[in-house]
Amino acid sequence: MAEIVMEEVTKRFPDGTEAVKHMDLDVGDGEFIILVGPSGCGKSTALRMIAGLEDITEGEVRIGEEVVNEKAPKDRDIAMVFQNYALYPHLTVRDNMAFPLRLAKVPKEEIDRKVEEAARTLDLTQHLDRRPANLSGGQRQRVAMGRAIVRDPKAFLMDEPLSNLDAKLRVQMRTEVSRIQSRLGTTTVYVTHDQTEAMTLGDRVAVMRSGVLQQVGSPGVLYEHPVNLFVAGFIGSPAMNFTPGELRGDTVKSALGELRLPDSVRQSIGEDGSRPVIVGIRPESFEDAQLVGGDARARGTTVRAKIDLVEQLGAEQYAYFQLEGEGVQSDELRELAEDAGAHEVPSSGEGQVVARLEPASQIKRGTEAELWLDLTKLHFFDPSTGRNLAAR
Amino acid sequence: MQRGTREYAIWSIGILLILTFSLFPVLWIVSLSLKDPATITEGTNFGNTFIPQDITFDNYDALFQGGIDNSPFIKPLINSILIGLISTVIAIVLAAFAAYAIARLDFPGKSLILAGALALAIFPAISTVGPLFDMWRALGLYDTYPGLIIPYLAFALPLAIYVLVAFFREIPWDLEQAAQVDGATPFQAFRKVIVPLAAPGVFTAAILVFIFAWNEFLFAISLTSSDASRTVPAALAFFTGESQFTEPTGNIAAAGVIVTVPIIIFVLIFQRRIVAGLTSGAVKG
Repeated sequence: MAEIVMEEVTKRFPDGTEAVKHMDLDVGDGEFIILVGPSGCGKSTALRMIAGLEDITEGEVRIGEEVVNEKAPKDRDIAMVFQNYALYPHLTVRDNMAFPLRLAKVPKEEIDRKVEEAARTLDLTQHLDRRPANLSGGQRQRVAMGRAIVRDPKAFLMDEPLSNLDAKLRVQMRTEVSRIQSRLGTTTVYVTHDQTEAMTLGDRVAVMRSGVLQQVGSPGVLYEHPVNLFVAGFIGSPAMNFTPGELRGDTVKSALGELRLPDSVRQSIGEDGSRPVIVGIRPESFEDAQLVGGDARARGTTVRAKIDLVEQLGAEQYAYFQLEGEGVQSDELRELAEDAGAHEVPSSGEGQVVARLEPASQIKRGTEAELWLDLTKLHFFDPSTGRNLAAR
Repeated sequence: MQRGTREYAIWSIGILLILTFSLFPVLWIVSLSLKDPATITEGTNFGNTFIPQDITFDNYDALFQGGIDNSPFIKPLINSILIGLISTVIAIVLAAFAAYAIARLDFPGKSLILAGALALAIFPAISTVGPLFDMWRALGLYDTYPGLIIPYLAFALPLAIYVLVAFFREIPWDLEQAAQVDGATPFQAFRKVIVPLAAPGVFTAAILVFIFAWNEFLFAISLTSSDASRTVPAALAFFTGESQFTEPTGNIAAAGVIVTVPIIIFVLIFQRRIVAGLTSGAVKG
């Protein structure tokens, strides 16, 4: 077990493209950290540099205080789970899991003991003598996990290990991975493009975009205090709504009308004077005005909107409506919208807004409804840099 | 159903025709080898020409008479087996490394090497025989095992490399990286993961190289002068009849049958290893 430190790490491919740019990341001993971002953001490359499968162009990677830049993967004492499992098809499940131990010249009895133990943990005991070809996707995934845990390595590296599973199995394996990691307490770096996985699994989440680390923090911090438009749009499902606005003193003028900001929000933004902003509103900052009590009403305001569509999900419902005027134009949001792997960003471009409502709400599609908006939960971003104005 | 039966019938007839066409000469050789040399030209119709009237194994006996020193066949047979096996082993080992490098690494001149290998494979062997003869005489390689193995390698390697490159390319690269992360050196990863997975390819290439070396006649006859290294195809040309006036047809046929047997065994053994789908289940496909 060990901590992993990346310092100013850059990966430049021979054709000159930079997949990872000056990345600094500190993974504590026993910590479960998630690298998340849309496809092509460099998260896998970063992981492969830690594993030693990719050369480090600049900077330094340390595993347990030891610089590993020049070390071969086999000398780094890390275990990796690949997206496609990468099981050895000519070996049985038992031999697959024993493979790293045999290479390490572990005595035979100990190999047997460790493999049996891992098989029990992963519920693979009755499959030990089968070959990967005869296993289901979930079982193969567990074998890949087994091959990693038998070794008791310094760190686990996981490259989208669940993305090949169907949705139900993925949720099941997600809890499994989380359980195993917390039991073993092994430092883990986990790469995914799925923000739900990122939010549910990790102690901390590191969001990447085009090779640049955007923000590292606990899921709660990323959700409540995203540093920029990209993180704000990427984290959360449904995604945050964005609309352009004009900040003037303590009011902001936008397609939602003239919103008077509470002092707390005004102070966190800091700046005075008038300036254009992008207003970010989480879907749950809205509520059916009928259901909001007197206290809450005081820290919010109400807006009237014609509801285009209501999605009833049982525990909650989503109401979609259109805002007047143009939507937000931003490279970061466009990138998010283009990434098929990420959830869609409904409000980029057309100015559509989604509101999360209590199931008790009686709002119907096609009607004009009154929605309450929590003004203390608004986010403001600089339209040119995308920076969150409240970020220090 | 109707269509299925008809298709089945058409295929059966086609396969039967091809089998007859390709097996008929083999059967004829077998038939010749079982006849008394004196009766080879006898027979008035297909029935009694094709099917030997008096089956005799004299032709086979004659091949092995006189022990290793005097038999015209035993020493060449040993030469053929050894030269064939040595060529195959060396060619496969070298080709595996070369093919792996070509399939996996990006290095300057890669396409040049592949093109060069192909050029070598289509190079007419006859044009190299003269120079080789002179060179081998000067180098003392004439009428030795290496004298045959070296040119065999030159012509078999391109083929083996091409076959193996195709198989190596099929193997997911992730497997090798997984092995490296699991603690294998690049060579261990190659030996324990890549080679077993490429086994069908390795055996295919091995069979092709062995058959090439086994059947080769031009170099064998030009670069040898005695039983020290003469292989069976060349030795057949030096067979003599029992007397000055008998053709060695029966003996040649018997030798032909005998040299076919190892090839059949070789293919049958390795055929079981050439199974499709060995790599299935490695990665989610």
